[in-house]
Amino acid sequence: MDGIHDLGGLQGFGPVAHVANSLSYKPVFHEDWEHLGYSLLFLGAGELGLFNVDELRHAIERMEPRHYLSSGYYDRIVIGVASLFVEKGLLSQEHLAQLAGGSYPLALPMGPGREANPPRRPFQVGDEVVVRDERVSGHIRMPGYVRGKRGVVLHRTRHSWPFPDAVGHGRDSPLEPTYHVQFTTQELWGDAADAGTVVVDLFGGYLLLA
Amino acid sequence: MNQKANISAGTAADRAFALKHALEEKGVVPEGYVENFTQVMENDFDPANGARVVARAWVDPDYRELLLRDGTAACDQFGYTGVQGEYIVALENTPTLQNVIVCTLCSCTAWPVLGLPPDWYKSFEYRARVVRESRSVLREMGLDLPESVAIRVWDTTAETRYMVLPVRPEGTEGWSEEELAALVTKDVLIGIARPEVPAASDSTKEVS
Repeated sequence: MDGIHDLGGLQGFGPVAHVANSLSYKPVFHEDWEHLGYSLLFLGAGELGLFNVDELRHAIERMEPRHYLSSGYYDRIVIGVASLFVEKGLLSQEHLAQLAGGSYPLALPMGPGREANPPRRPFQVGDEVVVRDERVSGHIRMPGYVRGKRGVVLHRTRHSWPFPDAVGHGRDSPLEPTYHVQFTTQELWGDAADAGTVVVDLFGGYLLLA
Repeated sequence: MNQKANISAGTAADRAFALKHALEEKGVVPEGYVENFTQVMENDFDPANGARVVARAWVDPDYRELLLRDGTAACDQFGYTGVQGEYIVALENTPTLQNVIVCTLCSCTAWPVLGLPPDWYKSFEYRARVVRESRSVLREMGLDLPESVAIRVWDTTAETRYMVLPVRPEGTEGWSEEELAALVTKDVLIGIARPEVPAASDSTKEVS
């Protein structure tokens, strides 16, 4: 989904508001509600088995762009989790709004997603690969900046997972490994970047042998 | 609790508590579930865990080899696996390579080893810029690397969760694992800082 969440490489942002080692990592939560997003996510995903973490990622991606950009991180988690509980039929948006004493905007509706399409033969470490030049309207774990770009496989995982484009929509999927693919910033952005490399963890269905 | 006072304002807190209340009304929130998970997030997920892993790798060549070959197995020896830390890969820095971790699409982080991600890591600025302008971003945050050091940014886009294995600084010969672990901060594990040995008279480090 070519949404506003796909921020990698976007220009115009200012400095990161952080100086290295300047902060204690505690308190972990700064406000008394911030723990609720994650804990209710795992209630729904683990305890109740109503949805999965891929669906949560996609729910947040489905927030209207201005809503996404103007909401804080933990607020987006809460909105995404609430959206899923409503979509799965356990809660209603009206009741949430009533309890919150105000409007309760949720994620916009989602599309059908797509089937997994793992490569016929797994890629090997050292293989040169090209990221498939395709557009996907639903959930996908391929940041737009690598679309159509050429890289080298550094690692194939020993574990396997379901295809995000399917399970992010609540569909079933076979399990498959992912590949750590290294790109040069020259390949990704030409001269309009600092020299360096970027490694992206990609499902085989996003890749072709170069 | 001033939840009532907040309700008319329509804040993020109101929405979060409304979600919890709605689920409690449905009877699907087990007693203590939220409190227990919050305890885990606040206390069990801790960058001190990753620091212990790094310190062990610095003093034990066999453990270092295991960490680089199978990070999950190495972290599991300490019990540092679980939610958002089921497939861990350690990234080895060298004198000429600095590894840096990001999640451009959201905020993915190796929770059990690094702790929950800090606000700046989840910021639009870091997510947008560090993949494209790594050297500039690191410099702005206080890590000015010479050109002789290459920068490799790892975008956490699937299920691999990363931790950086930094170079052991000079002047730490004979240090205990506990002393070494104290050099390894959360930012060192993310890759935007390098471990520094404080000078004997340096008292500014604690202040910052």
